Amino acid sequence: MKLVVAIIKPFKLDEVKEALRAVGVHGLTVTETQGFGRQRGHTEVYRGAEYQVDFVPKVKVEVVAEDDQVQGIVDAITKSARTGKIGDGKIFVLPAEQVIRIRTGEMGPDAV
Amino acid sequence: MIDTGDTAWLLASAALVMFMTPGLALFYGGLVRAKNVLGTIMQSFFALALVTVLWVLVGYSLAFGPDVAGVIGGLDFWGLRGVGADPSPVYATTVPHIGFSVYQMMFAIITPALITGAVAERMKFSGYVLFLGLWSLLVYAPVAHWVFADGWLGLSGVGALDFAGGTVVHINAGAAALAALLFLGRRRGHGRDAFVPHNVPMVITGAAILWFGWFGFNAGSALGASGLAASAFTVTQVAAAAAVLGWLIPEVIRHGKPTTIGAATGAVAGLVAITPAAGFVEPWAAIVIGLAAGFVCFLAVDTKARIGLDDSLDVVGVHLAGGIVGALLTGVLASTAVNELSGGATIGKQTIGVAVTLGFSFLATLLILKFVDFVVGLRVPEEDEITGLDLSQHAEVGYTLQDRGGSPVHTGPVPSPGPDHERVEADSEVRR
Repeated sequence: MKLVVAIIKPFKLDEVKEALRAVGVHGLTVTETQGFGRQRGHTEVYRGAEYQVDFVPKVKVEVVAEDDQVQGIVDAITKSARTGKIGDGKIFVLPAEQVIRIRTGEMGPDAV
Repeated sequence: MIDTGDTAWLLASAALVMFMTPGLALFYGGLVRAKNVLGTIMQSFFALALVTVLWVLVGYSLAFGPDVAGVIGGLDFWGLRGVGADPSPVYATTVPHIGFSVYQMMFAIITPALITGAVAERMKFSGYVLFLGLWSLLVYAPVAHWVFADGWLGLSGVGALDFAGGTVVHINAGAAALAALLFLGRRRGHGRDAFVPHNVPMVITGAAILWFGWFGFNAGSALGASGLAASAFTVTQVAAAAAVLGWLIPEVIRHGKPTTIGAATGAVAGLVAITPAAGFVEPWAAIVIGLAAGFVCFLAVDTKARIGLDDSLDVVGVHLAGGIVGALLTGVLASTAVNELSGGATIGKQTIGVAVTLGFSFLATLLILKFVDFVVGLRVPEEDEITGLDLSQHAEVGYTLQDRGGSPVHTGPVPSPGPDHERVEADSEVRR
């Protein structure tokens, strides 16, 4: 099993959600987050004083999937979250050692 | 003879001016960081309390009591003795004397509150309380006496024109603000960290309340429901509007975008500048004053940042700079078509009014600051400054958007948890 973590542009969340649903994902976690990569922040002006704001608002989407689903999920996110402009985000794929459904105690792929 | 219309307008104006201080609290409160919102609001709100009581006890008498050598009012009116339903023979002669005194009280309240913006986010509350009381009696009262009463600077002396308090309120507060920010020094991290306003809609709300209240401030200063009041009301609106433009135009040229804080600050700058002129100028002149105030204050605030002064909320850049613009332009633009007193206006007299107020307020404020610093201290310790004034000075926080986990601290016998506690448990039982 793998944990797929995607950092995307907030306005792309709906498209990503629909694309994931289309490839059979039936659960995900979404977090509002912030950070920076090559796309740096922006400038704000308060009474003539300019401030550089480093962190850009992003959305983090987390999905746990079986190994053979991962490529499909990565492709779905890449396609739906892409604008072609700087700041489209990143996808990380991590090993997930165990998954447990709290309500029933099921473990492993059954719990995904 | 009491005139009911005059009395009604003056009392309504007093209420309008009173509302400016909580408006100022929101204006300043929105401009600081979230951890200082209550400390900042409290400085203004507390002025409503302390200055009211002091004004009744001796403040009104020092400012408007029978003149002593042109310098200060006598103590005849202490505790508002003899200040009652009959009009004063000297001030606002168609209105109950006590109505005039309560109207003037509102000016005495907002003036020291204005100063707090210059030293926002770093002043100890105990130090502020002592400073506020001393400044109100030792700086505000004499300057009000010189200009508004029969002291030496106003119409009974030098003859500097100040319709509603350009010198008494704005230059006075602005000069004191300059002294205070030099004495207290910069905030920790100034020039390195971003000091970004935490609630811009609150700033705009506060500015709108100030604008609204200013009609009482300026049109009320006609001391009657008269044509002069209507004229002052109109030029107040016009100058505020023109100053928004006067600020936004250079802002767009310099920074590319018009900001809401810029619009709000420009409006306040225009209101400051029209204050001394309100009863003397025509609407076209108010456009000139407003445009000039917006532009000059934009430049003043811009310069401040570059010379490394931490006038946190721009009291000097708006109230002192705008006050000077207004006082001087009053000397140039005053029209006898509006007010016969305009005939005596000269830029020389206006300059004396500005210089005397500025010099006296700056020096007297420095002395008070030195004294207060010696007695109770003026600045919060480093740890308190980092924590924020809300928690360190008032044991509160402005915003609790998340449950932070907690339980009541009982100082007496511990009560058993109430029905709410049981209901929560019952609810979770159902959900399970």
